[in-house]
Amino acid sequence: MSGTGTRAEAGRAARRASAIASTLIRFAAVVAVTYLGLLAVTFFIGRVIPIDPVLAIVGDRAPASVVERAREELGLNLPYHQQFLIYVKGALQGEFGRSVLTTNPVMTDIRRVLPATIELATLGTLIGALIGVPLGVLAAVRRGTLADQIVRIIGLIGYSVPIFWLGLLALLVFYARLRWTAGPGRIDVVYEYTFTPITGFYLLDAMLLRDWAAFRDIFAHIVLPASLLGYFSLAYISRMTRSFMLNELGQEYIVAARAKGLSETRIVWAHALRNAAVPLVTVIALSYAGLLEGSVLTETVFSWPGLGLYITNSLQNADMNAVLGGTIVIGSIFIGINLLSDLLYRMLDPRTRPR
Amino acid sequence: MSEAALTRREWLLSERPDSRLQARLGRAYQSWLRFSANRLALAGLLIILLLVFVAAFADLLSPYSPIVGDLRGSRLMPPGPGHWLGTDDQGRDILSRIIHGSRITLYVVLLVAIIAAPIGLAVGAVAGYAGGLLDVVLMRITDIFLAFPKLILALAFVAALGPGIENAVLAIAITSWPPYARIARAETLTVRSSDYIAAVALMGASPSRIVLRHIMPLCISSLIVRVTLDMAGIILTAAGLGFLGLGAQPPLPEWGAMIASGRRFILDQWWVAAAPGAAILIVSLGFNLLGDGLRDALDPRGSER
Repeated sequence: MSGTGTRAEAGRAARRASAIASTLIRFAAVVAVTYLGLLAVTFFIGRVIPIDPVLAIVGDRAPASVVERAREELGLNLPYHQQFLIYVKGALQGEFGRSVLTTNPVMTDIRRVLPATIELATLGTLIGALIGVPLGVLAAVRRGTLADQIVRIIGLIGYSVPIFWLGLLALLVFYARLRWTAGPGRIDVVYEYTFTPITGFYLLDAMLLRDWAAFRDIFAHIVLPASLLGYFSLAYISRMTRSFMLNELGQEYIVAARAKGLSETRIVWAHALRNAAVPLVTVIALSYAGLLEGSVLTETVFSWPGLGLYITNSLQNADMNAVLGGTIVIGSIFIGINLLSDLLYRMLDPRTRPR
Repeated sequence: MSEAALTRREWLLSERPDSRLQARLGRAYQSWLRFSANRLALAGLLIILLLVFVAAFADLLSPYSPIVGDLRGSRLMPPGPGHWLGTDDQGRDILSRIIHGSRITLYVVLLVAIIAAPIGLAVGAVAGYAGGLLDVVLMRITDIFLAFPKLILALAFVAALGPGIENAVLAIAITSWPPYARIARAETLTVRSSDYIAAVALMGASPSRIVLRHIMPLCISSLIVRVTLDMAGIILTAAGLGFLGLGAQPPLPEWGAMIASGRRFILDQWWVAAAPGAAILIVSLGFNLLGDGLRDALDPRGSER
């Protein structure tokens, strides 16, 4: 009796393991194809550009022999499919060539600026989720009332406002007029030489160094752009929370919970929200990815030395290696977050688990 | 008069329409009733109609030239009589520039919709109807584009093609067709195995005829909703490109580029940047409200979601 039980269990476990393995393989294939597509598109962009990379390096008036040699050294005389193979190989090793502007390898530059963007986007998502989820729950519970309408309008304006414009106005009001926050940049010049970052995440670094004066200054700098990005993601998160909650509140288990005599607070926050949380994780992950992108404009307005500002600065100087490298890095993070949210969804929702 | 209106209403809402025209008009009327019950949606429609009106009569409505300013007499003047929204650093009337900028906004939005929506529709309908390998390949390409950060990809495209309004339109269109392909494919899958498609196929219709004449028209209403909802995003992306100096080039009165030029004066002459931003906000809010209302009216099933 017990023998057959364990055998059946072992069979089930094996089946489950193979199901998980096949899912993982499928995921890996999807990611590989998507990444290859990303590289193909950036490769294409890099080749249709009207600026000749050879002439950009050797100059317009270089003799033909020099141009030819540079072309060979850059591998630009090879057929396109070979160029693409070299490009893919380089990209897989994090090799995107040198930036014309900073003369560093592009990857070195990106590694230096990426923490600033991650820090900003993380804080923004945190603000967006912490305010957006309760707002969405409120709108769903008080559906059709004034509160619902107000949340809806807050969300709609968040969808409609040009973020760079709102950033300029925020700087004008909160920095220039009210003097509540610090201005553009990440940290005051005063700390430029006394504050040596460890991880590149300044808030974390200041805590590790126990430099509370610097921490306050860094916080005063980040609070405005992070709130702005937070508002951006709040619009999306509150809207999705509302629809998920409405969906859950119409389910029969809610009726059952009411019949059992549970308090409304408990039903909403402990029962309905817990079930709505599963798709919400995906939404929050996607809004995080969206903020990484939204940071391009925000960073420009706030002179925030992150990846977005790096890309736009490189754009203005026709530094295509840097632009494409930055595009690939943000694209890779995008793909990674999409994959992660998909996996999280499968882990959190027992219905999607392979049996 | 009211009796005539009542009978017309009855005619429109008739359960047994005598003609195809009556049935169609009746359906449209019902959609309109649902739509017009939504006050916010009506406000959105009003904003968009106003935008079209302003763009059409920009030359008559604008009090000054949008390009040539008065450098001597009126540089960076605050809002007031004469210049209702003030003047910019070249002495140009900001209101006139915003009025003329509405043309650029409308141009960008329409052009992107005209390019991106048919591409998405064709890809999605073909993928959904053909199935098999073609479906897999087309949807994989769609997914690749969906997985990209839109604005960054548009940036890279414009960087490669060179700044300018046409290139910005092209870049936005290239990055915005994938959701339409997804929607069209989903719609196609739902109608693909229905009886009337089988009937048309039995009558000897070619696959291209089935896709073009019998499947695509059914996808259009959900596509229109989605395109309208996306218009706000298109406007914001175009304005963002303009702000970064990659969209419309000066002296064109593009709203995003106007904000960029007002950025230098934000602390003292805030109106230079504030006014065009408000215009962008109002117009994209209008498109969002209109899109929401259209979705509720055209797709009663999805309205509660």
